[in-house]
Amino acid sequence: MRRKSISYAKWGYIFTAPFFIAFFVFNLVPLVSTMYNSFFENYLVRGTTQIGPNWVGFANYQELFTKDLGKFFGNTLILQMLGFIPQIFFSLLFASWFTDLRLKLKTGAYKIIFYLPNVIMAAAMGMLFFTLFSQSGPINSVYQSITGAESPYMFFDHIWSQRGIISLINFLMWYGNTTIMLMAAINGIDPSLYESAQIDGANPTQTFWKITIPLIRPILVYVLITSLIGGLQMFDVPQIITNGGESVNRTSMTIVMYLNKHLYSKNYGMAGALSVILFIVAGVLSMLIFMLNRESDGKKKKKKGGKR
Amino acid sequence: MAQLKKILAGTFAVMMTAAVFAGCGDSSSSSNGGAATSGGSDASTADGGNGGGSDVGDLKLTKDARIKQTAQGSDASKNVIKIYTWNDEFKSRLRNFYPSYDKEASKFKINDEGKEEVGEKEYLKNGKEIKWVTTPSDNNAYQNKLDDDLKAQAGSDDKIDMFLVEADYALKYVNGPYVMPVKEIGITDDDIKDQYKYTQEVVTDANGDLEGVTWQATPGLFAYRRDIAKEVLGTDDPTEVQAQLSDWDKFNDVAAKMKEKGYFMLSGYDDSYRTFSNNVKKAWVNNNYEIVVDDNLMKWVDQTKEYTDKGYNNGTSLWNDQWKADQGSSGKVFGFFYSTWGINFTLVEQAEDHAGKKDGLYGKYAVCEGPQAYYWGGTWICAADGTDNVEEVKDIMKYMACDKDTLLNITKTTQDYTNNQPAMEELAKNFSSEFLGGQNHIALFVAAAPKIDCSKMGPYDQGLNESFQAAFKDYFTGNVKSKEEALENFYTKAIEKYSELKKPAN
Repeated sequence: MRRKSISYAKWGYIFTAPFFIAFFVFNLVPLVSTMYNSFFENYLVRGTTQIGPNWVGFANYQELFTKDLGKFFGNTLILQMLGFIPQIFFSLLFASWFTDLRLKLKTGAYKIIFYLPNVIMAAAMGMLFFTLFSQSGPINSVYQSITGAESPYMFFDHIWSQRGIISLINFLMWYGNTTIMLMAAINGIDPSLYESAQIDGANPTQTFWKITIPLIRPILVYVLITSLIGGLQMFDVPQIITNGGESVNRTSMTIVMYLNKHLYSKNYGMAGALSVILFIVAGVLSMLIFMLNRESDGKKKKKKGGKR
Repeated sequence: MAQLKKILAGTFAVMMTAAVFAGCGDSSSSSNGGAATSGGSDASTADGGNGGGSDVGDLKLTKDARIKQTAQGSDASKNVIKIYTWNDEFKSRLRNFYPSYDKEASKFKINDEGKEEVGEKEYLKNGKEIKWVTTPSDNNAYQNKLDDDLKAQAGSDDKIDMFLVEADYALKYVNGPYVMPVKEIGITDDDIKDQYKYTQEVVTDANGDLEGVTWQATPGLFAYRRDIAKEVLGTDDPTEVQAQLSDWDKFNDVAAKMKEKGYFMLSGYDDSYRTFSNNVKKAWVNNNYEIVVDDNLMKWVDQTKEYTDKGYNNGTSLWNDQWKADQGSSGKVFGFFYSTWGINFTLVEQAEDHAGKKDGLYGKYAVCEGPQAYYWGGTWICAADGTDNVEEVKDIMKYMACDKDTLLNITKTTQDYTNNQPAMEELAKNFSSEFLGGQNHIALFVAAAPKIDCSKMGPYDQGLNESFQAAFKDYFTGNVKSKEEALENFYTKAIEKYSELKKPAN
C-alpha cells in the first residue's frame, strides 16, 4: 500500500492560472460588459456629446430584428456557401490526388503554393481583385476584346457578379487550408483498407466513395462547421470590394460589416446588441461541433466495451 | 471525470469562440460626465411628436463650452507641431510657401516625376518638428480619428496643435468644445480684413467667435476638354462654350450631342451633385433633428437617372479610379464640375500622364461658369484648444491665410484661388493659366466668389451627402427600382451613421 504524501495538484493550477487570468480580464469581462451595454441607449452625438447610457431593456434588440438583420445574416450565409461549395470540391479532389498511393505525386511544393493565398492579407486580396475587375481593369479589357462589347461589364454594379467575386477570393484564400486538413485526415486512414479493396477489384471511384468519404466524415463536418463560424466573421474582403457594404443595395453586406457600421458611428448600445446576437449564433454552432465530437467518441467507447 | 473534462473543454471552446466576437463589441462605457449638454440632449428628448417638421427651420447649434486642460504638454510635445489632415494639399502649401519652413533640414525636394519629397522628419527654421497625422476622409474616418484624439487632448501631454476641417463638417468642430478661437491665438481683425466674408461666416460659432481661417475660396466652375469642345461644338472658346451651357436645358442638349459623337458629358453619377446640393433652400437637418431632403437634391436624382439611362455618363463614382482615369488623356468625358482646388490640385494631377512633364492633357482644359453657380469644399485651419505651440500656430495662420504676398505667390505658382479679395481682383486683370491653355480663370473666380452662400451648411453634410449618393447609386444602376425605395434606404443609412437624426414625420 503506497500513499503519496506530496500533492502535485497545485502546480497544475499554477501553470494554468495565467490563461484563466488573461481570459477573465481580456475576454470574460468585455463579454459580460458587452451584454450589459446592449440594454442601454448609448451613443455619441457629433463625436463630442454622449447620449445615455439610458436603460432601454430590449429596445436595441427589437430595433435590430425589425430592421434588415435577417437580410444581413442571409448575405453572410450566401457568400459563405458560394465560397464553401467550390472550396470543399477542389479540396477533396486535390487531397485525394495528393494522397493517392498510385499517383505518387511529390506534394510538398503544391502544399505551399496552395496555402500561399492565405498568407496574403485579405484586404490586399480584396484590393487586387477590385482592380482586376474594375471598369478599366484587365478582366474587362479581355472581355471587351473577345466579345467586342462597346462598354465594359460593371462587375461591382450587379448583385451576383459582386457576390461571385467575393466568394472567389474567399475560395482562393481558404481551399489550401482545407486541402491540407483533408490530406491529414485521408493519411490517417489505414492503407491496408485501400490495398484490400484494390485486390477485391474496386476502382478508384469506388474506393473514394466507399472508403475515403465515410472515414473522413467527422473531419468534413468539422471543416463545415468551422468554416461556418469563420464565415460569420467575414468582413475584410467584402468591406473592400463593396465600398463599405453599400454597393449594390447592401446585398453583400455581412453581419460583422453591419456591426462595424454601428461601432463606427459610436452607437455602443446597438453594437452591443448585435454582438450578443452574433455570440448566440456562434455559440450554437460551437455547441454543435462539441456534440458531434462527443458522439463519435461515444461510438468508440461502445466498440471497446464490446471486447469485455 | 472524463465526462466533466469534456464538458469543461466544450465550455471553453464556446467561450473562446465567443471571445473572438466579444473583442469586436468591446465598448468602454466611460460616461462623458457633465458634457451631455446643449444640442445633444435635445436629440434624445425631441421624440415628442413634432408633426409639422417643415416649419421648424434649419438646425441651430449652440456652442459647446471649452474643456479645461488638465495636463501640460511635455517638453517633447512643445517641440513638435502636430497637425491633423486628410490629404496632401495643405502639406504642399506649407512646404512650398511658408517662409519659416526649413526646406533643408526637412530634405524637401521635387523629384524627377515632379512629386514633392521630404525626409523622415520635417522641421521649422526654429528647430521645431512638424508632425502630420493623416487619415483619409472617406466614410467619416478622418472625423472619427479627430474626435477620438481631441477627446483625449485635455488630459494628454502630447498636444495636437492644429487640425484642418472641410466645409462639409466645419460647423461640427466650430461649435464643438475642442477649438481655440482665432482671436485668442493672436490673429487680429486687421489681419483678416481682406478675406472673403463667407470664408469667415462658415467658421464662426454660435457665439459669433471666429474659430478658423483658410487660404482659399472655393467657387465652382465647369472644366471641359478643349479638343472635345472643338470637335463637337465647333469652338473651344470659353465664352462661346459657356453660351451653349448656360442653363440645364442647353446643358442637356450638349450632352446629347456628346453622346452622338461617342463622348460622355459627365464621368459619373455624382459629378453634378454639388451644383444642386450647394444650392438648396433648406439645410440637411432641421431644428428637430429631422433629415430634410431638399427639392433640389431630387432634381439631381432625376437628371442623373436620365443621364445614366441615356448613356450620357460613364457610370463612375466620385474619387474612384475610373473617375480619375476619365480626366486623363484616355478619358472620353467632356467635362467635370470642379471648384478652385479641384482644378489646380486634383485635375492637374490626373490630366498629366507623367506628372511634371506637362504632357497628356496639360493645356487642353478650359473652364467656364456652367449652368449654375455653386461652390464646393474648402479647407480651414483650426487651432486645437490646449495647443502648446501657440506662437507657431499663429505664425502659420498668419502667413498661410492672411499674408497678401504669400497668397499672391500661391495663386501665381499653383493657380489655386486664394482668400484675399483685393489681391485676387488685382491679379484677375492680367492672368494666364498655362494648364488651362492660357485662359484667365482667376477672372471667372473673382466674379463667382462673392455669390457664394454657405448659410445652408451643417455639421452632418459629409455623412449625409455620402449616404445620399450611395443610396441613389443603386437607383441609377437599376438595382433599386423606385425613388421612394432609394429614399427609404438613404434614411436607414443616415440614421445608422447619426443615431440622433430622425426620419421626417410626414
